[in-house]
Amino acid sequence: MSIYLKLGATLLGFLIVLNWGMLMSAIFRKIVARLAGRHGIPFYQPWIDLLKNIGIRTTLSHGVMFYLGPIFRFTGALGMFLFMPALFGSDLWANFSFQGDIVLILYFQLFGMLGMALGAGEGGHPHSTIGITRGLAQHAAIELPLTLGIIALAIQYQTLSLNEIIAAQQGGMANWSIFTNPVAGAAILLAALGAMGHSPFNLVKAPNEIPIGPPTEYHSTYLGVLMSSGAVLHVMEAALFMNLLFGGATSWPEFILKTFLIYFYSVFVGAVFPRFRIEQSVVWFFKIPLALGILAILLISF
Amino acid sequence: METMNDKINEMLQRSAQNASQNEKSFIRPEDEEREVIAPDGSTIKINPIYDYFSGKKPQEEKPLNGVVEKFLNWARAESIWVLGFGTGCGSIEIPPLMTPRFDAYRFGVQMRATPRQSNAFIISGYLSVKTLKRVIRSYEQMPSPKYVLALGSCTINGGMYYDSYSTINRLDKYIPVDVYIAGCMPRPEALLSGFMKLKELIKEGKAEKANEYARNFDEYKANQKKIIKDWNMPDYNW
Repeated sequence: MSIYLKLGATLLGFLIVLNWGMLMSAIFRKIVARLAGRHGIPFYQPWIDLLKNIGIRTTLSHGVMFYLGPIFRFTGALGMFLFMPALFGSDLWANFSFQGDIVLILYFQLFGMLGMALGAGEGGHPHSTIGITRGLAQHAAIELPLTLGIIALAIQYQTLSLNEIIAAQQGGMANWSIFTNPVAGAAILLAALGAMGHSPFNLVKAPNEIPIGPPTEYHSTYLGVLMSSGAVLHVMEAALFMNLLFGGATSWPEFILKTFLIYFYSVFVGAVFPRFRIEQSVVWFFKIPLALGILAILLISF
Repeated sequence: METMNDKINEMLQRSAQNASQNEKSFIRPEDEEREVIAPDGSTIKINPIYDYFSGKKPQEEKPLNGVVEKFLNWARAESIWVLGFGTGCGSIEIPPLMTPRFDAYRFGVQMRATPRQSNAFIISGYLSVKTLKRVIRSYEQMPSPKYVLALGSCTINGGMYYDSYSTINRLDKYIPVDVYIAGCMPRPEALLSGFMKLKELIKEGKAEKANEYARNFDEYKANQKKIIKDWNMPDYNW
């Protein structure tokens, strides 16, 4: 297969994921609105917001890292997409998945956040700093059960390649990791609630409390880049859990259905539970999810 | 520890001297321009106020040509991010806008908590001189194109506070206003119709008040300084 065809397919896949992420964020806000008894935004609002942000005439910078923050975040999103097998068994959309890609994907997940931390820190707004501090503390708490769960799966399948993990789950729902290794699955799915960043774990952006959070100083095109990378990140996180636990996807409709269900699992939990404070949230992850993660490792090792 | 106290005393003395000399300075002693010793031992000049803000004058930013600007104006009109500044009693009319009964989200109107991300600024009622200072700072931090909705009769002619010692009467002397919404207080429906009017203006390309502010900057600044006596910020605080 020619490299140009592969590049074209990757670009097309990225556009699909980007637009699907924007549509998901619109559906999310629509659902929250309907829960509150409102009509809510039109479904195309995120695209208009993006256009509007690009059309803003004033762009000012607080320094080099302020520029690089959104770029790092976008790199994190793009890196997650590039090394994630979007469709299993497809030459075009397996992307650049290789042996050991899980480690890289987990790193990219953190990378965007670190870039954001540096950039927002240079913005100098107190709300940014509070948001960043909370975000990193919570991320450390999420990372533990998540990584333990993923390592349990890696031991189970004796591989660090997502493609091989998906391959091992083919042949019916009974082969999905969520059924073959429910303890690791539970640890990962509970950590997923935090990774998705919806209530009760939305204290990084915390509307009404530290309004906007880390991107307080970001505007115009910077904000456009952040919005689009946020959309990609949401889909890619859902895709990671789909590949790890729910047997991956073999076609775009299946990809869209599964990422939708995984994403909206966190949305519906968020619609029911109010926001945690930071110490409650960190302690929450250190209790049941962490215990489940350790149990998963012990069960699979002995 | 002693040297630290000495330095603070020296600073306070100097600011007291400044105050007794010529005109009174409202700049806090820790914000004054001075020389300090950097961690590496060298002496550097610092001006903290300009570290926090820049003193750059606003520039007129010309609209793009033809169909591109029309398209962008459509996007701007359909996505209005609002900075609600709860200055007066009018701020009680803003929250109902987002409730099921009025639901401004339908029209692309969303609340934003930071001036950096907002396009429309709602001044909700009377403005005391003290608040005006914050309004100006917030307004100047908003990226252009930006729009101002003035809510209630207090912003038009002072309303029931027309002879108050501490409030301003006409808002458009200090910042340019795109849409006035009359009433005391206007109901949320009136506010919604104000948004519709603003959308019309934006789509017609007539909502260019940010450029007007840049064009007549000196005039606006003179008006602001006439009323704000304790001016302790740069003239333009991007």
